[in-house]
Amino acid sequence: MSRRTTLLTALGWLALAAALLGLAPALLSDFRLGLLAKYCCYAIAAVGIGLAWGRGGMLVLGQGLYFGLGGYAMAMHLKLTDAGPGQVPDFMVLYAGGEMPVWWEPFRSPVVTLLAILLLPVLVATVLGAAIFKRRVKGAYFAILSQALTAAFAILLIGQVKTTGGFNGLNNFQSFFGYSLYDPVNKRMLYFLAAGVLLASVALMAQLHRSRFGELLVATRDAEERVRFLGHDPANVKLVAYVLAAVLASVGGALFVPVVGIISPEDVGVGASIALVAGVALGGRASLFGPALGALLVGYAETSLSESFPGSWSYFQGGLFVVVVLLLPGGLAQALSALASVRHRVGGPPGGRRRRERPASDRTRPGPTTPQEVTA
Amino acid sequence: MEVFVSQVFTGLSAGAVLLLIAVGLTLTFGQMGVINMAHGEFLMAGAYTAYVVNLVVGDAGLGLLVALPVGFLVGGLLGVVLEASVIRWMYHRPLDTLLVTYGVGLVLQQVARDVFGAPAKDVPSPSWLSGSVPVLGYDFPMARLFLLLLSVACLLAVLALLRRTALGRQVRATVENRDLAETVGISTRRTDRITFFLGSGLAGIAGVALTLLGSTGPTIGASYIVEAFLVVVVGGIGQLKGTVIAAFSIGVLQAFLEYATSGSIAKVVVFLAIVVFLQVRPQGIFAVRTRSLA
Amino acid sequence: MSVPGRDYLEVRGIRVEFDGFVAVDGVDLTLLQGQVHFLIGPNGAGKTTLVDALTGLVRATGLASYDNQNLLDRPSHAIVRLGIGRTFQTATVFEELTVLQNLDIAGGVHRRARSLLRRRRGVPERVHETLATIGLTEQADRPAGVLSHGQKQWLEIGMLLVQDARVMLLDEPVAGMSAEERRETGELLHRIGQERTIVVIEHDMDFVRDFADVVTVMSAGRVLAHGTVEEIRADPEVQRVYLGHTVEGVA
Repeated sequence: MSRRTTLLTALGWLALAAALLGLAPALLSDFRLGLLAKYCCYAIAAVGIGLAWGRGGMLVLGQGLYFGLGGYAMAMHLKLTDAGPGQVPDFMVLYAGGEMPVWWEPFRSPVVTLLAILLLPVLVATVLGAAIFKRRVKGAYFAILSQALTAAFAILLIGQVKTTGGFNGLNNFQSFFGYSLYDPVNKRMLYFLAAGVLLASVALMAQLHRSRFGELLVATRDAEERVRFLGHDPANVKLVAYVLAAVLASVGGALFVPVVGIISPEDVGVGASIALVAGVALGGRASLFGPALGALLVGYAETSLSESFPGSWSYFQGGLFVVVVLLLPGGLAQALSALASVRHRVGGPPGGRRRRERPASDRTRPGPTTPQEVTA
Repeated sequence: MEVFVSQVFTGLSAGAVLLLIAVGLTLTFGQMGVINMAHGEFLMAGAYTAYVVNLVVGDAGLGLLVALPVGFLVGGLLGVVLEASVIRWMYHRPLDTLLVTYGVGLVLQQVARDVFGAPAKDVPSPSWLSGSVPVLGYDFPMARLFLLLLSVACLLAVLALLRRTALGRQVRATVENRDLAETVGISTRRTDRITFFLGSGLAGIAGVALTLLGSTGPTIGASYIVEAFLVVVVGGIGQLKGTVIAAFSIGVLQAFLEYATSGSIAKVVVFLAIVVFLQVRPQGIFAVRTRSLA
Repeated sequence: MSVPGRDYLEVRGIRVEFDGFVAVDGVDLTLLQGQVHFLIGPNGAGKTTLVDALTGLVRATGLASYDNQNLLDRPSHAIVRLGIGRTFQTATVFEELTVLQNLDIAGGVHRRARSLLRRRRGVPERVHETLATIGLTEQADRPAGVLSHGQKQWLEIGMLLVQDARVMLLDEPVAGMSAEERRETGELLHRIGQERTIVVIEHDMDFVRDFADVVTVMSAGRVLAHGTVEEIRADPEVQRVYLGHTVEGVA
């Protein structure tokens, strides 16, 4: 990585930080800022998808599962603190006759909750990921499994009305670690928290992209067997990226709960998971800023389109997938770098470092075999 | 025993629906390397076809008989249009086709919502499919029995087509080795379209048949598509034999688990069972084993 | 690692079967260090399958002993870590990464996990040496995707050199190369072959004649003959097999 790229990355990050932490709070109403906080939560999860899909080639269609793990962990804690020591959350009084299952109990503790938000996704993603990657299940199989996973999770949540609030999910939170959620000042604080975490996760990605691990991940995406025959186990490389993506999704989900005030199966199901992917595809799956910016854009588009005419959001999102994936697989990042390189060729000196972003999806094995031998 | 037999039967009929959907998916995946998420919306189109045909014909029994072939055509034509407009540009980019066709599916769902409204529609069942019929001393709901027979009949028709006709040989040749097929003079473009038509048409038939079990909404297809893809994964991509076994096994397993636990837990257990199964056979029940790494 | 000149890979009774078809049928071979071995034979003879078996890509029965370990019991990446590297028929390099990054990844096998999270600082000495050996020093910072076909093959060999692979299994490394590139490749193999065991699968008989120390002929999954180029050419059995097939230039 050249010095120039490093400088550009740093400048880009600073610009994003200035926009999120300076410009947005100055210009937006409390209501709009709250919405932006929600998009930031999506964007945090999207940053993880950028790592797993863009850099690692694993199309994760089920990040809703991890978003939900973090979200529900946080929501349970908030419900319990609202209820007060020894008390039971309101909806359980309604549905379950005031009986609370044992596994809710630990979430009374803020420390346990925060640990759960970080460690639950690590645990689940490690077990599932190891099972899947070690057996070399990949490509389309992996995508389908990840989607089925979150579909099953959403159905499970809906079915367990007494413990998860069922279809309505968990909502109506009063306070967040002692701060009232009705106070606009605290809502602004939540925004800064979400934006800060987003910036931190982008910074983490910047470091990962230029680390040796980042190179190894791209190498695994592009020629998994070659990596294997260099003595690395590609399963481990992919597992690390997958687990990291899961943790980011979980953190995004955990912040989503106080910001939006509800978490329900709808926020973690197939549709929600794939909407996250839409943002990543739009922004540019393999680029550093693309996933986050794309997720912010898609979040904004969802709100404004749904506000103006209901139904148009579906057309927009559907069209987005078709247009972006078909015509612009590298997303907006690709469009920008194409523009930049045109300018480069016209004005600046030639030979500037141009990234060639290519769809990372379907690279297969090395060493094609002769037909006879394959069918033999 | 009573419960056992009735659960097996319920499972088989659920598997029959999955099978009708999964056959198209596995054919297109095997032949073209395409993952068609809009396949579920072809099913939805079939279901709405049944609704419209019933309105036009006005008789439930005749309506069903007319709707089956019309649903096949509607689903098939949608499939061909999708293939010709979008998918042909992205063969063997399965992950990209997955996203693009998911987008198409979203659009189709919204079209259905705008045309027919969001609330679910009911299609009246013909009188000769109400009630139940005694088989081996147990009472089976007629509608489910019809579904099972319909599915088996469709499967046999597809098999006969693939095994006995020149067209079928061309399709199988294309699946085996596209380049080779082309060099011996097979128009792979044409076989691709035909496969797409056939597979999508079967989804249309499944949609018509599903109106016998419940009501029809814009997301009826979306609710089946994930499970249908799991059937494909378990069966082994491009493997009809595997698809049949997988569809019925998953259907029956789910029926028993639903009986033993609750619907929501059953889905999770089925999913975990599939992950465990893939530990043993990562490429499905029937994988073409070669030395390739695919 | 072990005493120079004593390093060898011993193959006994290797058998590979695909759904009833026997691709490799009881192969015995002893591959010594310091020699460039060539593995030839008609298409479908089982050459690549044998290499696949030795590198854990297909399951095989029998014994492949190196450094007192049976390779057949190990997963691919663990075999590489024993010092056995391979290339594929089509050069597979990481096209989006630079030549330098390609070599660096190869060298990273024995690196500790924590250092993976840091960025690369400086170029390891071995990478420098390798760049010179394979003649790609000037291309170090270019993406591997823009290299010529021959250069990609050299880069692949370079990746094995960075790892200090003791055994190199090369699958048709000169296919598609110009005559000049072939000559350079052959010389490269002899240069690096002094302290390694090199096995080359090859179809080009001119190349075999010019650079082989030892040749093993395979046919229908078995070893047909084993010896020097002259011995092989004189072998009537080999002539029969090759005349029965259309083969590239058995002169």
